[in-house]
Amino acid sequence: MEQQKKLELEKIATKIRLGALEEVFSASSGHPGGSLSIADILAYLYFDKMNIDPKDPKKADRDRFVLSKGHTCPALYAALALRGFFDTAILKTFRSKTSILQGHPDMKHIPGVDMSSGSLGQGVSAACGMAKAAKIDKASWRVYTILGDGELEEGQVWEAAMFAAHYGLNNLCAFIDFNGLQIDGDITKVMNPTPIDEKFKAFGWNVAVINGHDFDQIEEAVAQADKSDKPFAIICKDVKGKGVSFMENEAGWHGSAPNAEQYAQAKAELEAHLASLN
Amino acid sequence: MKLTKKYEIGQKVATREAYGDALAEFGADERIVVLDADLSKSTKTANFKKVYPDRFFNCGIAEGNMISVAAGLATTGKIAFASSFAMFAAGRAFEQVRNSVGYPHLNVKIGATHAGITVGEDGATHQCNEDISIMRTIPGMVVINPADAVEARAAVRAAIDYEGPVYLRFGRLAVPVVNDEDTFEFEIGKGITLREGKDVTIVATGISVAEALKAADTLASDGISAEIIDIHTIKPIDKELLQKSAAKTGCVVTAEEHSIIGGLGSAVCEALCEKTPVPVLRVGVNDCFGKSGKATELIDEFGLSAPFIVAKAKEAIALK
Repeated sequence: MEQQKKLELEKIATKIRLGALEEVFSASSGHPGGSLSIADILAYLYFDKMNIDPKDPKKADRDRFVLSKGHTCPALYAALALRGFFDTAILKTFRSKTSILQGHPDMKHIPGVDMSSGSLGQGVSAACGMAKAAKIDKASWRVYTILGDGELEEGQVWEAAMFAAHYGLNNLCAFIDFNGLQIDGDITKVMNPTPIDEKFKAFGWNVAVINGHDFDQIEEAVAQADKSDKPFAIICKDVKGKGVSFMENEAGWHGSAPNAEQYAQAKAELEAHLASLN
Repeated sequence: MKLTKKYEIGQKVATREAYGDALAEFGADERIVVLDADLSKSTKTANFKKVYPDRFFNCGIAEGNMISVAAGLATTGKIAFASSFAMFAAGRAFEQVRNSVGYPHLNVKIGATHAGITVGEDGATHQCNEDISIMRTIPGMVVINPADAVEARAAVRAAIDYEGPVYLRFGRLAVPVVNDEDTFEFEIGKGITLREGKDVTIVATGISVAEALKAADTLASDGISAEIIDIHTIKPIDKELLQKSAAKTGCVVTAEEHSIIGGLGSAVCEALCEKTPVPVLRVGVNDCFGKSGKATELIDEFGLSAPFIVAKAKEAIALK
C-alpha cells in the first residue's frame, strides 16, 4: 500500500478510536476493548474498500457490512459518522434514550447500518443471506462481516460457515477479531475456539492469518478474498484495547467505560498519536 | 382478498399441503425465496422446489442459521419463506426470529408446519403447543393459524403481499375444508363469523374450527344457539368482532390445538377483559406435554374435540 494512503488510513483509524471512546465515555457504558481492536479493519473497509455512498445509504449495488460482534458498534458508529452517514456530533448521544445510536446496531434507525446485530452468531448468518441474495441476482456487490473470537463459541457461527461453503459464497469475507480475550478472560481458558484457521479451512473456507493492525496485510488479504473461489476468513491477530496503553490486552476493558481521568488519558494518548501522523 | 376456487367444502387437506401448493401457485414472483431445514418433503416446501428449484435453498438441519439467513435475504428485497416444524422454527430458533427478523421488522415469513399434538406418532418432543404464545409476544409479528386449506392458501397469498414478518402455523393432519371458496375472503387481522348465534360465542383457530362447527351442531340439537368465530389471525386479533359477539352472547369458549397458556384463549381474554369482561372458558392443551398416538385419537385424549367444546359451552352459559 502506498505510504500516503496508509498514513491517511491510520489517521482515520485513530479518529475511529477517539470517536468510539467518546461514545463509551459519554454513555458511561459500552464496549471499548473490541471497538479499539477492529478500528483498522473498519477504516480500511469504509474509507478504501467498500462501494458505499453516504448520501444514498441504501443504494442497491452497495457492498454490505454486518458487524456480527455487534457490541463493538462504537467503532462502527464512529466510522459511519466520519464517512459522512451522520453527524459526528451525535456520537456523544450513544446509548441515550433520545439517540438513534442504540447499544447494539439498529438497521431501522441508523443510516449505513445494513443489519441489526448484537446477539452473537446471528450477524454472520445474515451476512450469508445477503451474499446468497447477490448470487441469486448475479450481482457483483460483496459482503463483509466482523466476528469476535469469543463469538466463535456460538454454534450458529459454524452453521453459517457450513452454509457459506455449501453455497459457494465467495462474495463473503469474514474478519475474525482474534484479540484472544472475552468477557471472562482468555478465550483459550473460557472455551477454547482455536485453532481458528484450521476450523474455517475444514469448513470449506479459504483463510488468511494476518496482523489486524497492519494495513498492508489487511489489503493483501482482502485482495485474496476478492479472488477466492470460496468464502474467505481473515483471521486478524490484534490487540484488544489497541491504541490506549492501559486498555491493551486487558479483558476488563471488554465492557467497561473509562472514568473522566481515564478518558482524558486515553484521549491524550490517541491525540498525540494522531498529531505524530501529521 | 379473494382467490379463484380451488378447494371443495368437506375435502380433506392438510394445511401444510395447501401451504406448499400455495408457494408453488404464487411462486412466480421472483422476489420469493424458500428455505427449509431438511424437512421439505414434510413441510411441503418441496412443492415449491419442484416448480422453482433455483429459488429453493436447503439450509440443512440448522434452523437458527436458516432464520438469520432469511433475514439477510430479506434486507436485499427478497420475500424469504423459512420452513421447519413449529417446534424448531418457533422454539429452537425463537431468538433468531426475535432478534434477526422481529427487531429489524424484516420481510420474512416463517412457515411452521407440524404444529400442535396432531403431529401424532412422533410424540411430545415434536408436538409444539407453545408457538402461538411465544411468537405473538414478538413486537410486530403477525401470527396466522389457518383452519383449512382455503385459509392456508389465502394466508400465503396475504403474507406475500404484506410487508413485514409473519408466522404461519400449519398442521400435519388432513382436515376438512370448512370455508366456501366461492364466497371466502381473507384479510389479515379479520375474524370470520362462520355461524351466528345468541347463547354462547365459540372462538376457534386452526383445526379446532372444524371441531367448533361440529360442537355447534350438537349444541343446536340441545336448543343452544352458538356463534362460531374463526380467528385465523391471532395477532393482530380482531378485537372489535370479539367484543361485539361477547357483548351479544355474554359468554365465550375458545378452542385451539395449542396450550391454554398464551395462545388463542389468552389472546381472547386480553381482547375482552377491558371492555366486555364475560366468562371465557378455554379448550386447549391443558398445561401438559403431548405423547405418541394417532392424531385423531390424541384430539380426544387431550380434550380438544367437539364434545369437550360442547361441555365447556354449557359450563360457560351456566356462568352467565
